[in-house]
Amino acid sequence: MTETDRMLRDLRDIWRIRLLEEKVRDLRASGEIVGSVHLCIGQEAGPVGACDALRPTDALFVTYRGHGWAVARGVPVVGILAELLGRASGVNGGRGGSAYFSAPEYGFHGENSIVGAGAPLAVGAALAGRYDGTDRAAVCVFGDGAMNQGAVHESMNFAAAFDLPVVFVCENNGYSELTPIRDMVRHDVLAERARVYGLLGERIDGDDPAVVRERVADAVESAREGGGPVLLELMTARLVGHYIGDAEQYRAPGELERLAEVEPAARLGRALREAGVPDADIDAARADAAAEIDAAEAEALAATPADVETVRSHVHA
Amino acid sequence: MPETRTISFGEAVNAALRRSLEERPEVLLYGEDVGVPGGVFGVTKGLHKQFGDRVFDTPISESAILGSAIGAAMFGRRPVVEIMWSDFFLVALDQVVNQAANVRYVSEGRLTAPLTIRTQQGAVPGSCAQHSQSLEAFFLHTPGIRVCMPSTAQDAYDLLLAAVDCDDPVVVIENRALYHAGKTEVEVGGPVAPIGGARPRRTGDAATVVSWGTLSSQAVVAADSLASEGHEVEVLETPWLDPFPWDDVTASVARTGRLVVAHEANHTGGFGAEILARVAESGITLRAIPQRVAVPDMRLPAAPELARAVLPDAAGIADAIRRVVS
Repeated sequence: MTETDRMLRDLRDIWRIRLLEEKVRDLRASGEIVGSVHLCIGQEAGPVGACDALRPTDALFVTYRGHGWAVARGVPVVGILAELLGRASGVNGGRGGSAYFSAPEYGFHGENSIVGAGAPLAVGAALAGRYDGTDRAAVCVFGDGAMNQGAVHESMNFAAAFDLPVVFVCENNGYSELTPIRDMVRHDVLAERARVYGLLGERIDGDDPAVVRERVADAVESAREGGGPVLLELMTARLVGHYIGDAEQYRAPGELERLAEVEPAARLGRALREAGVPDADIDAARADAAAEIDAAEAEALAATPADVETVRSHVHA
Repeated sequence: MPETRTISFGEAVNAALRRSLEERPEVLLYGEDVGVPGGVFGVTKGLHKQFGDRVFDTPISESAILGSAIGAAMFGRRPVVEIMWSDFFLVALDQVVNQAANVRYVSEGRLTAPLTIRTQQGAVPGSCAQHSQSLEAFFLHTPGIRVCMPSTAQDAYDLLLAAVDCDDPVVVIENRALYHAGKTEVEVGGPVAPIGGARPRRTGDAATVVSWGTLSSQAVVAADSLASEGHEVEVLETPWLDPFPWDDVTASVARTGRLVVAHEANHTGGFGAEILARVAESGITLRAIPQRVAVPDMRLPAAPELARAVLPDAAGIADAIRRVVS
């Protein structure tokens, strides 16, 4: 695959996530989707780059802002939308909803609605690999806010103590929910915390899928080969609220306009144009994604609602 | 081959862990000081030596211990982890309530978390307020988690094996006062029983006493003293609290018409309240006001003479029985 082909594919994958999120926003506004929804608009390059560096057998645990990670991991968009819409054909039959669904058959071991709580689970997935003869790596994704959660620190130390192949991916979008991360820490280069636990740590451009792909691939390979866990701090920005309905009063004047100039799709489009790729190809990346999302929406909306008869099943074995 | 050994409660736990490790290659055993040191109460002694890196020590990190066990269980292991004191669960309850309990339900069974969490609890002379609580009700309020509280060496062996065999997350609550409290005959090596079931410890028609944990033996002592007063009381030990043997309890109460529940947990919100409520809902006509024997709603003091003043014992249970039979 040529470099520009890969860039075009990344752009299409970014649009697949972004347009899904915009669709979710619309469906939430119209009342088809209800409840708490956390969109990842602006943060798409991280999942697109990172998931490309994983094997199907690797473990992936993410946060409630996880739709993009699910898409990038290969979970069908229709299954995600159906899940958010409470349909029987949702990836969890409507039990997970927007903020807590999983699809292990696609290597997506789930969102988590408790900040930082997925980190110990990822450690366990890596621990299991030590005994089951696989060389599974586990990737755990969380936000900058989770870097102040005890479970994350316990997990980094636990994984480091036992040289477990865990890659901790911190998506630093600048805000711990509604509060600037810089106000919640004394030293805001979060990747530097890795060193004290004996992890490799690196802050990288999280809005460039090529950079993310390369650094995650290196981290996963190093961890898999016994080099110990790694912490990657992906610098990114969320272009929308923490949740749908967030008034975003924490934004500086002009902040969103400035971010719109450097968000991943805009950046990648410019880079493709500079590389001489015709506008028609660049536009097609978005159009292809839009067609997929529209079709998925129609299919999900037409799907049967989750079956009330089954609501009590699977509480126990 | 089944055989009978004369062993302590702690040795019975050890035997069950050893058998689990021998028979199920997917079993891992880990927690704080359970590996090389063999556990702070000596319960896991010798297991690291025999099973190597399947038995290991961890950092003092309850969230990482519990969460990693859930993650490993989701990927085919069958971890048995230890929370050294049930009080320590509280720093990591998220991993039990928000994580382990949800895995199967939310994923419609696509992901499961068959792990066993061993802990021990209860008040012994001198233990401080953060080392003496009885917290079983926390877990019983969390559907998806199975809970048991063995009080005999035989049950310590049998219930732990059943827990490891169970595909749900199971919390096994042991009691450090029992670990080395004497040896009894224990049949080991027999078939693994399924989870659940009641243990009738004494039969009688005058009243039903339901109890679990260390108070079970106190309930039998109390019942014996009532027998000397002419009242033959039924004592049902319920070492499995989830699943709870509702049918056994209601059948007994329907026969006796009198109910006492005794537990070492606090009164309000204790599982005794649920038992009284279920009996009321079952429509059984009681012939006396049901009684709960529990720790009053307060914190626990360290000084033994202070603790004795509020901890339930055989005398307290006997008084409660007298109130229902009189």
